[in-house]
Amino acid sequence: MTSRIEVRKTLKLYIGGAFPRSESGRTFEVDGHNAALASRKDARDAVLAARAAFGKWTGATAYNRGQILYRAAEMGESRGVGASDVDRLVWYAGWADKIAQVIGNANPVAGPYFNLSSPEPTGVVGVIGPSDLVEAIASVIVTGNTCVVVTPRAVEAVFLAEVFATSDLPGGVVNILTGYPKEVGPWLASHDDVNALDLSGLDDAELAKSLEEAASDTLKRVLRPLPVTGMQRMTAFLETKTVWHPKGV
Amino acid sequence: MKFEYAPAPESTAIVSIKPSYGLFIGGEFVEGASAFKTINPASEEVLAEVSEASKEDVDRAVEAARAAFAKWSKLPGSERAKYLFRIARIIQERSRELAVLESLDNGKPIKESRDVDVPLVAAHFFYYAGWADKLEYAGFGPNPRPLGVAAQVIPWNFPLLMLAWKIAPALACGNTVVLKPAETTPLTALLFAEICQQADLPAGVVNIVTGAGATGAALVEHPGVNKVAFTGSTEVGRRIARAVAGTKKKVTLELGGKAANLIFDDAPLDQAVEGVVNGIFFNQGHVCCAGSRLLVQESVYDAVLEKLKRRMATLRVGDPLDKNTDIGAINSAEQLQRIRTLSDIGEEEGAQRWSPPCELPEHGFWFAPTIFTGVTQAHRIAREEIFGPVLSVLTFRTPAEAVEKANNTPYGLSAGIWTEKGSRILSIADKLRAGVVWANTFNKFDPTSPFGGYKESGYGREGGRHGLEAYLDVSH
Amino acid sequence: MTAVVDLDVTGSNEELRRFLHGLPGVDQVGADARAAQLGTRSIKTTAKAWAIDLAIRMVDLTTLEGADTPGKVKALCAKAKRPDPADRSCPPVAAVCVYPSLVPVAAEALRGSGVHLASVATAFPSGQAPLAVKLEDTRAAVAAGADEVDMVISRGEFLSGRYLAVFDEIKAVKEACGEAHLKVILETGELVTYDNVRRASWLAMLAGADFIKTSTGKVSPAATLPVTLIMLEAVRDFEQETGRKVGVKPAGGIRTTKDAIKYLVTVNEVAGEGWLDPDWFRFGASTLLNDLLMQRTRLKTGHYAGPDYFTLD
Repeated sequence: MTSRIEVRKTLKLYIGGAFPRSESGRTFEVDGHNAALASRKDARDAVLAARAAFGKWTGATAYNRGQILYRAAEMGESRGVGASDVDRLVWYAGWADKIAQVIGNANPVAGPYFNLSSPEPTGVVGVIGPSDLVEAIASVIVTGNTCVVVTPRAVEAVFLAEVFATSDLPGGVVNILTGYPKEVGPWLASHDDVNALDLSGLDDAELAKSLEEAASDTLKRVLRPLPVTGMQRMTAFLETKTVWHPKGV
Repeated sequence: MKFEYAPAPESTAIVSIKPSYGLFIGGEFVEGASAFKTINPASEEVLAEVSEASKEDVDRAVEAARAAFAKWSKLPGSERAKYLFRIARIIQERSRELAVLESLDNGKPIKESRDVDVPLVAAHFFYYAGWADKLEYAGFGPNPRPLGVAAQVIPWNFPLLMLAWKIAPALACGNTVVLKPAETTPLTALLFAEICQQADLPAGVVNIVTGAGATGAALVEHPGVNKVAFTGSTEVGRRIARAVAGTKKKVTLELGGKAANLIFDDAPLDQAVEGVVNGIFFNQGHVCCAGSRLLVQESVYDAVLEKLKRRMATLRVGDPLDKNTDIGAINSAEQLQRIRTLSDIGEEEGAQRWSPPCELPEHGFWFAPTIFTGVTQAHRIAREEIFGPVLSVLTFRTPAEAVEKANNTPYGLSAGIWTEKGSRILSIADKLRAGVVWANTFNKFDPTSPFGGYKESGYGREGGRHGLEAYLDVSH
Repeated sequence: MTAVVDLDVTGSNEELRRFLHGLPGVDQVGADARAAQLGTRSIKTTAKAWAIDLAIRMVDLTTLEGADTPGKVKALCAKAKRPDPADRSCPPVAAVCVYPSLVPVAAEALRGSGVHLASVATAFPSGQAPLAVKLEDTRAAVAAGADEVDMVISRGEFLSGRYLAVFDEIKAVKEACGEAHLKVILETGELVTYDNVRRASWLAMLAGADFIKTSTGKVSPAATLPVTLIMLEAVRDFEQETGRKVGVKPAGGIRTTKDAIKYLVTVNEVAGEGWLDPDWFRFGASTLLNDLLMQRTRLKTGHYAGPDYFTLD
């Protein structure tokens, strides 16, 4: 009796809700698989997709974003994502409609004005070489950002992409480029339409520094490779908008 | 004119300017390596000589701040608070003196330094004083700690107010500071140093180093500082962001802007015009959040323009110390040149330039309030920050177009909306990518209200509870 | 100035309502801030002297008490003609303002002086009387010698949205006035919102008011600087639109020279210098005059004046 021949999976990129190969045609070997090796142009396409998705995602209700993250947890559970990752998705899902209450403020200004500060997502976040994929992605998107992730951990990344792809998450909110932070990272760091960089998981201090330098050209928000809490991860990619209005009759 | 307002000059007798000033380091005024002159931009007369801090001077200041940090950061918050309250009170007591000095050195009208800047300075110290012993309630975790020595570099448009925005929260959180005022407006910061002495603030908690760009760079890049706070141009902001890359320095940047002021056809037009005037001509337009782009719905364009021009004709340009002056002097020859250059470009690019008739003084740096009509998004005057009393007027037809044009800029500091329709305000405020949205008002500031930008207008917030985070170590 | 244009918006209550509610809104906080800002103008020396004399010439010297008598009114008229007996260079006031019953006394006292005689009418101050009574009130005042009539509008009708009724009433009173100038009192303290003040201003102007006036002086708040600012914007815009110029009269609560000068600054910078004239701006006041006189003396003599040196009425 011959044992069954397993069906292998082609590991592809995740851009705009689709799973394309790298436009470069390149692959690299990860844990015995040939994974698509993302290029500069894949990064460009991913940023376009992330930007296109931003309006709808940031405009979705916080309740809706929370539901979708929770759906991702459900899909993760059924697909065998690790328990701690699933639990983390559940934790972040709950934050969607609470973060504004926790970090927003009604400001008692000295005058007849309504004055309210509330958080808004920064925009397109480049997540480069995250140490914890679920933590990085969930914390960035739960508040309404979209992201482009660069990671060499292709097997895990594609697995996670499939979870998001089946979770009602609009295409383009999460884009995953399997490849080398050193190769793709600089294109995201210098991209004018990327608003922030998450470098917190990078273990290459030299690369992190050069990416932060490149990010300075458009004043990107940068989360450095230092220990951070979940709350700090979320607030790093939030802007505070303060609205004034007179109170009169 | 039937009703000719006679000159109503504020007396300068209240302030005594010394012929020369040293650096304020470790609680004492000390000689700097070299010196430069600061002038009155309304007369071009020299006001005083001021020390220019060298790299070594900056070292000394950072050392003094580091030495003071050990004690200051351990002082109970309730005690730090009392120093800040004390400073706030002295500012109130000496407010007229500060206002006159600010107008002399900066060129801004006395009515503004007296009624806006200095009262807000005192209010800012009062506000943050109260936080000093309540930091664990601020929502940044159970154990918020000071960062250490803060390097602070501030601009010339609101010299004392920007000092307050920087120093008050820094000290409340237990940091010590080295602050560099702008090259053209150092005097109120040096008077503030005297106020620190008068308040018996421990030596080294506040250090003031005067100088130009090189001094600022030495301070920001100093390995001994833990925090960099900068307000100024986006260009310098970029350089600072690059310089601190790879370090652990926490950074906040308040940079440029090109704010849009949107007037819809159902706006309260008279107040909208007032808001436009306040938005662009307040402080000679030397305001990073100035409403420098006016976007008017086409159906009320004629009415708005007519009202705006009539209102502009009543603006009084001249002696900053005259209590009736609305628009004072441009802060420096260099800035005047930039405003002129960009305005000339506006004309060359085909926009129509208009200013009300107004006589400008012979000496000093002056620029008449100016509007450009027929401007499109493609004009440089609609894209670049002019930082002067120059307004670009554009039009729109629908709310979607208004939002699209307003957001079509690399900046994102502030924006204005004028409409009587509540739901439209809330919808558009949501869509504008700007850190401060003024609806049916403009250029309002308050210590409790966070201020800061999106995109290339910088990051971090100053003011309010949010402003504390910039000066706290909130990791675990 | 272009020819007078009639705005045809009074065909029905609905049409008039649409017009009045189509006027740009007023943001209260912004209007208050603008007025406060104008109030910080510093008017000194020559400008102050000029403003004080103008303010004196703009005063409608007023007594509207139940206790008014011919004696009181005669004294007031004497004061109106020569506010400062010690100084011949001091100008007379614009007008004396009294109740209809005292118009004959005042007419006699003011004859040939050039000082106008204003009478309140139309069931002042409440306006709560039948139209026929109000018209008769008006005619009687004019017949007795008043050349200016200060009427009150029906605030009740206005607040309940019956704009055309208010319009028709003002129009009827205007006709009853004949040659006399009509000042329409809006009683802004009862209209409460600045939007209402703007609408009432336009309503009165459309109906033919020669002046719009803030208050009766019997309701608090009476005149305020922001309300006057709104009304000055209204007359400015009305002239722009129709070519017809209407005057403004704040009344009640203006007691000091400092206050009066703030109003003049507001006139100057909001409506424009064309309104800096007793024909187009008045102060309805009683105690203001003495403060103006004291400040005038202070400027002339260089030392502070005291109330004992100025006549009581």
